[in-house]
Amino acid sequence: MAVTERLPLGRVAEEVRPEVELVTLTIDGRVVQVPAGITLLEAARLAGMRIPTLCHHPALPPEGACRVCLVEVEGRSNLVPSCQFPVADGLRVRTNSPVVREARRTVVELLLARHPHDCLGCVRNGSCELQELARQVGADPDRFQGQPSSVPVDDSSPALVRDPARCILCGRCVRACSLQAVGALGYAYRGLATTVGPAFSHRLAEVSCVACGQCASVCPVGAIVERDDTARVWEALADPARYVVVQVAPAVRASLGEALGLPPGTPVTGKLVTALRRLGFRQVFDTEFTADLTIVEEANEFLHRLAEGGPLPMFTSCSAGWVKFCEHFFPSRLPQVSTCKSPQQMMGALVKTYFAEVQQVDPDSIFSVSVMPCTAKKLEAARPEMGGGGRRDVDAVLTTRELARMIREAGLDLAALPEDRFDPPLGAATGAASVFGVTGGVMEAALRTVYEWVTGSELGTLEFAALRGWEGVREATIHLDGQRVRVAVVHGLGNAARFLRALEEGAPSPAEGPGQGRPYHFVEIMACPGGCVGGGGQPYALDPEVKRARAAVLYREDSSRRLRLSHRNPTVQWLYRHWLGEVGGEKAHRLLHTTYQPREPY
Amino acid sequence: MRRVLVCGGAGCVSSGCAAVRDALLARVAEASPAGVEVVVTGCIGACALGPLVLVEPEDVLYCRVRPDDAREIVESHLVGGRVVERLAWRDAEGRVCPTLADIPFFARQVKLVLRNCGRIDPEDVDEYLERGGYRALEEVVTRWTPARVIEAVEAAGLRGRGGAGFPTARKWEFARREPERPKYVVCNADEGDPGAFMDRSVLEGDPHSVLEGLAIAGYAIGAEKGFVYVRAEYPLALSRLEIALAQAYERGLLGRRLFGTDFNFDVEVRVGAGAFVCGEETALLASLEGRRGMPRPRPPFPARSGYLGHPTVINNVETLANVPLIIREGPEKFASLGTEKSRGTKVFALAGKINLTGLVEVPMGTTLREIIFDIGGGIPGGKRFKAAQTGGPSGGCIPAQFLDVPVDYESLAGLGSIMGSGGLIVLDEDTCMVDVARFFLQFTRDESCGKCPPCREGIPQMLAILDRIVAGRGRETDLEDLERLGRFIKLTALCGLGQTAPNPVLSTLRYFRSEYEAHIFRQECPAAVCRSLTSFVVDRAECMGCGACTRVCPAGAISGRVKEPHEIDQEKCIRCGQCRTVCAFSAVHQVPGRAVAVATGGSGHGSH
Amino acid sequence: MPVLPAECLEESDPRFARLDEVIERYGRNPSALIQVLHEAQKLFGYLPEQVQMRVARRLGLPVSHVFGVSTFYALFSLRPVGRHRIQVCMGTACYVKGGEQLLADLQERLGVGIGETTADGRFELQAARCLGCCGLSPVITVDGDVYAECKPRLLPAILKKYD
Ligand SMILES: Cc1cc2nc3c(=O)[nH]c(=O)nc-3n(C[C@H](O)[C@H](O)[C@H](O)COP(=O)(O)O)c2cc1C
Ligand code: SF4
Ligand code: SF4
Ligand code: SF4
Ligand code: SF4
Ligand code: SF4
Ligand code: SF4
Ligand code: SF4
Ligand code: SF4
Ligand code: FES
Ligand code: FES
Ligand code: FES
Repeated sequence: MAVTERLPLGRVAEEVRPEVELVTLTIDGRVVQVPAGITLLEAARLAGMRIPTLCHHPALPPEGACRVCLVEVEGRSNLVPSCQFPVADGLRVRTNSPVVREARRTVVELLLARHPHDCLGCVRNGSCELQELARQVGADPDRFQGQPSSVPVDDSSPALVRDPARCILCGRCVRACSLQAVGALGYAYRGLATTVGPAFSHRLAEVSCVACGQCASVCPVGAIVERDDTARVWEALADPARYVVVQVAPAVRASLGEALGLPPGTPVTGKLVTALRRLGFRQVFDTEFTADLTIVEEANEFLHRLAEGGPLPMFTSCSAGWVKFCEHFFPSRLPQVSTCKSPQQMMGALVKTYFAEVQQVDPDSIFSVSVMPCTAKKLEAARPEMGGGGRRDVDAVLTTRELARMIREAGLDLAALPEDRFDPPLGAATGAASVFGVTGGVMEAALRTVYEWVTGSELGTLEFAALRGWEGVREATIHLDGQRVRVAVVHGLGNAARFLRALEEGAPSPAEGPGQGRPYHFVEIMACPGGCVGGGGQPYALDPEVKRARAAVLYREDSSRRLRLSHRNPTVQWLYRHWLGEVGGEKAHRLLHTTYQPREPY
Repeated sequence: MRRVLVCGGAGCVSSGCAAVRDALLARVAEASPAGVEVVVTGCIGACALGPLVLVEPEDVLYCRVRPDDAREIVESHLVGGRVVERLAWRDAEGRVCPTLADIPFFARQVKLVLRNCGRIDPEDVDEYLERGGYRALEEVVTRWTPARVIEAVEAAGLRGRGGAGFPTARKWEFARREPERPKYVVCNADEGDPGAFMDRSVLEGDPHSVLEGLAIAGYAIGAEKGFVYVRAEYPLALSRLEIALAQAYERGLLGRRLFGTDFNFDVEVRVGAGAFVCGEETALLASLEGRRGMPRPRPPFPARSGYLGHPTVINNVETLANVPLIIREGPEKFASLGTEKSRGTKVFALAGKINLTGLVEVPMGTTLREIIFDIGGGIPGGKRFKAAQTGGPSGGCIPAQFLDVPVDYESLAGLGSIMGSGGLIVLDEDTCMVDVARFFLQFTRDESCGKCPPCREGIPQMLAILDRIVAGRGRETDLEDLERLGRFIKLTALCGLGQTAPNPVLSTLRYFRSEYEAHIFRQECPAAVCRSLTSFVVDRAECMGCGACTRVCPAGAISGRVKEPHEIDQEKCIRCGQCRTVCAFSAVHQVPGRAVAVATGGSGHGSH
Repeated sequence: MPVLPAECLEESDPRFARLDEVIERYGRNPSALIQVLHEAQKLFGYLPEQVQMRVARRLGLPVSHVFGVSTFYALFSLRPVGRHRIQVCMGTACYVKGGEQLLADLQERLGVGIGETTADGRFELQAARCLGCCGLSPVITVDGDVYAECKPRLLPAILKKYD
């Protein structure tokens, strides 16, 4: 009678195992075959049913807490959470019965009892999963009444704002922060008094939060969001006495479109430049320019350390989240971290020195804005060492999400805008700088330069296949004129912590897995899973494919460029020759390098 | 050889058994009767009448013994051979029942789990060994295959005593089949149901039987490590368990290479920290791992992925205490007791409005009437039986018309309650069922772990309705809303705590709906419990006019001349109840209904 | 959100060394967190922030984890407690026999709420979940001494024994 449907297995199947074992079950009356080992939620998706979820996030371990995804399984007296329940042969599942629908609706109504009903005044209005869910299930927000949480808003962090009143205790942020091996957030108390936040009700700025924003990017509601700096930027833009410049990080051009309704993976570089001009920025610079500069300084630093024997391995320093993580949890490694400022801060420093000089603008009148995929960059820009003479290198950092809001507010239709180019001189970049936005990119860019400098010859292929991909730790050995240089690429702080602990443990034993006590020379660490394409300030995305689509944009940018090696960037060369002096020289050091300080792990 | 057993269970400890023991020791030393030994035991059972003293071998029981009574017991009984009738048990008609066999409370029980409780010194492993202890363990590890152990438990028909009644053999078999090592067994001694104290008494009275059962379970599934997770509120149980553990290790009954075989078994005691939900298996595992006791969805079941992700079997104290006996005496004896689907015996903790509160063990299938009236001696003060609450906060209230239903897992579930772990609280006519339901819901609200919205948010919503009802602000739709929410929570909550939390409300709504309706529609608490729906009145006949109530009344509602009956102005009274508390003559009564301006506290209204 | 007292303990406080010993005894095993916290509470009377930090660090756990645990379990206290701990049983057996009146009376008499300490630091009032003496309900305990079949009238005399 019933026809068994073989569902298109797609990615789900690939991820489960190459040799897919199939199970047969009935979903809403349809007999379907799906790969073993997946959940009912995934199976239902394959069958074209969209079961709503809330505590579930594909990048996080399942929790089964929120009960929004409940379905009926024949023979079970209770409804089961489909996000967590494994498929099995012969199951008869109903995802859409009256009982299921009423259960879902009631769960949402209960959550709304203590939730503020002020969507119109909430940053997540329009991008909120709870709001969407309430709409989807037809919830009556006033069916139940309750006391909202009275825990005050925490806006102590320069990067993030937590509003416990909006928290629905789904625990996604707790899981994200714990995957980041920080554990700044946790559950506390129990029952109705349960809260989520740092220990002892401390504020985020007082604990070891590294501001990576992974919590904010998984929070389904407006309970943890980036600190909104758009008002400050609007104000500066409206002030005729201010000379407002902006720089844009590589990963932003690969994702901004998503936040404004374009499909993931749409490159919007040219339109982005136009949008920024129309918003009123006097100069639109490219952080990729200082990414090239960073590579030149960092490659030079690395070769020095290699020649002088240390301290090695050298760790990259451009991920603001990683730097703070290292300060808190691995302070003994700080001498090994490259002293180069991040591209954002190099750009900031140049804007208020070099650019001010050549344009004859009073540096104090410059308001320097950056657009970043990252919340940690807000914190980085606020560090006292990032500036000079009471002046900040960068005055305001906007995340991709904030820029999207400004563009929307200004009524600009991004898709319809013409393309434009970054302003010279701080707008010229090579392909090496584009891949900065993806895990492995900095290492790849640095190696291109190092190789040429050391060997004097050109690389055959510029892509280092071993360094691309999504495994948490990847490594390669490069032969530099007879010397074997071992490098590793790590993304996600959980992987970083494991990597560093493995380094600390035991003697070198090359047979072991990555990190196991091996003598590395150069290690790239990115705080966010996937690198900046997965940054904490990027548009919200529940689909893990989105990150890959963003990365593809950056790889394409790189391969389509004529110049793909940072040290070949003519503007960079010009800058050294006419203004900065020697690579790694005194002036470069003063402007482009920084220091770190050990911090407490809590 | 005479043994004078002094009950050292927690009940008798609190009624002062230590002084009784000292006095007995002193008198025995003085009078030195031949061959007398004074032994402190675990709970003998009739805690309400403690401190208890039992003289073996004649099994004469003395109740409410004071230290001063020691001389008479020694001189009259131990030396003179005459029972001290003054201290003996008396039945309802006042007849003396000197020995256990004469006392219905004891005579009608069948003690398997409690076989040693109250009979041996729990702090002396030799007493356990003398009564056949650890022979079952020796037998299985030296001669049986694990599969055979499981077959025996299967043949006995043993089901988990922790509440759900899951077949123990099946659980063990799942874990035995798991290839992964190491495996673990855990004894769940978290006993959180308020009003239940069976597990505590077994741990206090016969800790080795639990350790032996745990080791056998370990052998059956292939685990070399066991945990006992004890609630911190049981310090005496904990200390006796630790003594037992130390002695077992000392004798080589636990540890490495047991009985000369390759079987190693270690036991570690872990102490809870005050969270009812940690009785739930997955929460217990989280707690064992040093985490918040938040349950997780199953599957995966602990038998596959338990402690630190390894196969783990979790069993209740009473379940494990049954095991050595099943092995030693064969499964048939156990299986011959009880009903078809519920074999063996069950220990109940009798409490509430019942004469003989304490611990009893009866075959499954015994009726509530037998337990409450024949064994427990019925309701005190000539009051009427109203309901039996079983299963604690997960259970329900069973009304009088079902007193003759045989008690087993299925029949209680059919009545909308559960067997639970064995707490049995008797409620009489003075109990308000709305108030009882509210009490349990407050409990589950306070104990909810907070992980899932149905329980965390739903229970407080149900409670808000009940609060409203007892405050006299009930609405017409409230009962329907309670039922709807209750059904929803049962269906959707993550763990057993939430899934059963509505039971007390749903079962009282089922059997005592009119009482809810009286609260809502007549503004009256028929049992005169809910303050807002009752009135305080002075019984003129009983009032001595002492004026104590006038002095405490915060509302100035009481008037009356010295030595003359006083009167409460119902308009002024705020129903704080203080007058009733202070009246030494019990002249103030709390009566149903919001009587405004009751004429003169007439006797018709004042007493009932 | 309860405000936590910021008591400052000296690093040289000998109790820290004892705490470290306890942690070592458990082999720095994070699974033993609850056992360690029990012992820490025995040493310090409650679980001050510094103690929880110490425990976290030595067990290699984020302090948010330790705080999550210490606030989850009812028997852990995050503030100093009164000299004498009164527990009123609010288990079912005691409730149906008048436990609630005892609790109300004590709250009134001592002028504190549940889980609070009297201003003079003499008493700590707690509502307990079944003390396992249900046969003798209603029950209160003071510093572990059990007062069975208790009545509001008996309370003044009981309290007088403790100062
Ligand atoms: C909220 C909750 C509390 C529980 N408390 C206990 C308990 O205190 N003791 C116990 O043995 N089982 C308790 N259980 C049942 C256990 O989860 C588990 O089923 C039992 O320990 C298994 O042992 P058994 O098969 O021997 O009965 C509780 C279950 C729930 C849902
Ligand atoms: S978090 Fe979502 S549901 Fe809540 S107020 Fe904001 S937009 Fe509305
Ligand atoms: S959705 Fe309704 S309430 Fe909200 S803004 Fe539109 S009209 Fe107003
Ligand atoms: S920003 Fe990163 S470190 Fe900070 S709380 Fe969020 S996830 Fe944790
Ligand atoms: S802050 Fe956001 S992610 Fe974290 S628990 Fe609350 S709602 Fe969930
Ligand atoms: S990886 Fe990129 S987005 Fe993430 S913290 Fe580092 S710099 Fe920011
Ligand atoms: S039902 Fe209650 S106790 Fe169980 S997981 Fe949900 S909130 Fe926690
Ligand atoms: S109940 Fe309270 S207010 Fe009413 S008469 Fe008695 S003491 Fe006064
Ligand atoms: S306390 Fe009792 S006896 Fe005394 S006046 Fe009041 S009601 Fe009458
Ligand atoms: S999404 Fe499945 S339980 Fe939350
Ligand atoms: S404690 Fe002594 S009889 Fe129960
Ligand atoms: S209910 Fe009070 S001691 Fe058990």
